[in-house]
Amino acid sequence: MKSAMKKLMLTAAVIASPLMVSADGHGDNLTYILVSHAPDSDSWWNTVKNGVALAGEQMGVTVEYRNPPTGDLADMARIIEQAAAAQPDGIITTLADFDVLSGPIRAAVDQGIDVIIMNSGTPDQAREVGALMYVGQPEYDAGFAAGQRAAGDGVGSFLCVNHYISSPSSTERCQGFADGLGIDLGNQMIDAGQDPAEIKNRVLAYLNTNPDTDAVLTLGPTSADPTILALQENGMAGDIYFGTFDLGENIVAGIKDGTIQWGIDQQPFLQAYLPVVVLANYDRYGVLPGNNINSGPGFVTASGLEKVEEFAGEFR
Amino acid sequence: MTDTSSTDERVKEMSGLRRAMIRPELGGMVGVVAVFTFFLLFAFDSGMFNMQGVMNWTTVSAQFMIIAVGACLLMIAGEFDLSVGSMIGFAGMMIAIFGVVLGWPMWIAILITFAICIAFGALNGYIVVKTGLPSFIVTLATLFILRGFTIFIPQTVESKTIIGGIREAAEGDWLAPLFGGKVGGPIFQWLGDNGWISTFTRGNLEGQPVIDGIPMLIIWAIALVIFGHIVLTRTRFGNWIFAAGGDAQAARYAGVPVDAVKIKMFMFTAFCATVFAVCQVMEFGSAGADRGLLKEFEAIIAVVIGGALLTGGYGSVIGAALGALIFGVVQQGLFFANVESSLFRVFLGVILLLAVILNTYIRRLITGER
Repeated sequence: MKSAMKKLMLTAAVIASPLMVSADGHGDNLTYILVSHAPDSDSWWNTVKNGVALAGEQMGVTVEYRNPPTGDLADMARIIEQAAAAQPDGIITTLADFDVLSGPIRAAVDQGIDVIIMNSGTPDQAREVGALMYVGQPEYDAGFAAGQRAAGDGVGSFLCVNHYISSPSSTERCQGFADGLGIDLGNQMIDAGQDPAEIKNRVLAYLNTNPDTDAVLTLGPTSADPTILALQENGMAGDIYFGTFDLGENIVAGIKDGTIQWGIDQQPFLQAYLPVVVLANYDRYGVLPGNNINSGPGFVTASGLEKVEEFAGEFR
Repeated sequence: MTDTSSTDERVKEMSGLRRAMIRPELGGMVGVVAVFTFFLLFAFDSGMFNMQGVMNWTTVSAQFMIIAVGACLLMIAGEFDLSVGSMIGFAGMMIAIFGVVLGWPMWIAILITFAICIAFGALNGYIVVKTGLPSFIVTLATLFILRGFTIFIPQTVESKTIIGGIREAAEGDWLAPLFGGKVGGPIFQWLGDNGWISTFTRGNLEGQPVIDGIPMLIIWAIALVIFGHIVLTRTRFGNWIFAAGGDAQAARYAGVPVDAVKIKMFMFTAFCATVFAVCQVMEFGSAGADRGLLKEFEAIIAVVIGGALLTGGYGSVIGAALGALIFGVVQQGLFFANVESSLFRVFLGVILLLAVILNTYIRRLITGER
């Protein structure tokens, strides 16, 4: 009798256990997948990886990070399809090319997976694919704001060092900067490639042929670090007006010693961290902020660098 | 070797099992079994083996197959093509330029793109056979030239590096669905309605089957594999391909038009790359300057996993297709198994090494070389 009772209770427990998990929403097994467009070699995305790892730990959810190894956006579309097939509770993805990625993202939304767009893309595009919200920095606007700032500082011509020319958002930054300055972009944007030595030499060559360039704009650590070296080599460091997108250890050091006037911080940490928090609270309690979240632009200058310095390359 | 001296080794009796087992594809077959065993064990309940998951890695494998067939035949003919990846980016961009920027009908854009790309393939081949330079160097040059144009042309005419709107431009075209369409939609709907395949259980696609058709990409891959296999093993031209790659001089003495064979194989490789590109732009609706990056190596890796010899004269299209399958399954499967994605290259390297060692052993068994 006793053993039969025990058996019954055990059976009840076994049957009830999956039900108990699903009783409070999805329970504690929430899984989110973050898909980025960044190639393996792009160190800037380390901050994003750290951001999702921290958010996953704090919210008690599982977050996986995936990216196309070579940065090929068509491969990224397959990864989003794969992520949808794995049936996670939510997908956080960049929208680097609307044409390529909108189909797979919409398909994921259509099968009931919550999607948040981070980093690339625009709030309008995010709405169009049916995403919950957009978390990021509107690229053109950020470039435009930077251009206006530089125009106020007396800049009339510039060099845009584009290390990711195949991404439309990189070009938008340069275009926005030119428009903010009120000048034509023309030939002032160079395709710098990804290799540090090549970037350095192309910057040197450009500044050699166009010595009266007022300013240099770089689009991230990949192009900023070699540009700093180039300017040190040709003696323009500290003399030429130097602004950059994004932060990194060398950029922070450059801002500190006066080589770089400002860095535009789009705060990638927030772009990774906030979507996880938003999704987890949405799945658990059904609460959702009513608007898109602008993680940037914030201008980082020589004043107030301590926190940035302490966490550069890790969370900043 | 004393006991076989009485009979010619070419007509030597071989046991049926041995003949069935010792084939160039054997390495690929072993690899496929190993890879599927691995993922069935480690990723079975991850969604990898439901309909959606299967379609996902099948599509990726089919992509590899399309370029692997061309690369395989060319490699058997004794040459390489490193410009495959750049050709994919270039072909896609040409379609966008003709079909979207210039606004020509999509079928004209597709046919002209095929003509241009096959002409580049012929040029590759012509330079290789006329100068006697290694195809490695000649096609490396083409790799840079084509990639350069792929970035320069859209930058100049549209001042951007991604051109969209191809799907809209291809609307109602008669040729475009041959590359970007899906077949068998009603069959899948019927299967879904009868509950034989799973349907979406939430969202606004609820009730529709998870697969709404087989992409033409997969049809192309299967068709090219069958075509390549028949040409290679059942025709005189196939024998010429083996001969041209095995010993070109001896083949010439035997009357094989080696140069023509090689040029045709370069053209076929370019054709395969263009098929890949057209399928891609029709599916995704845009052409980007960075499409197809490193695809040439992925094609070569699939071919080598499939048992072909880098120096030419030996290999199998079926083997290359199995190599592509292994590649695709591993690439997507690692995501399903939730392995850190930066380890993908480590797995790839290990598989490549194991495959080459195994294939070398099998080849020695077949050819009797020491």
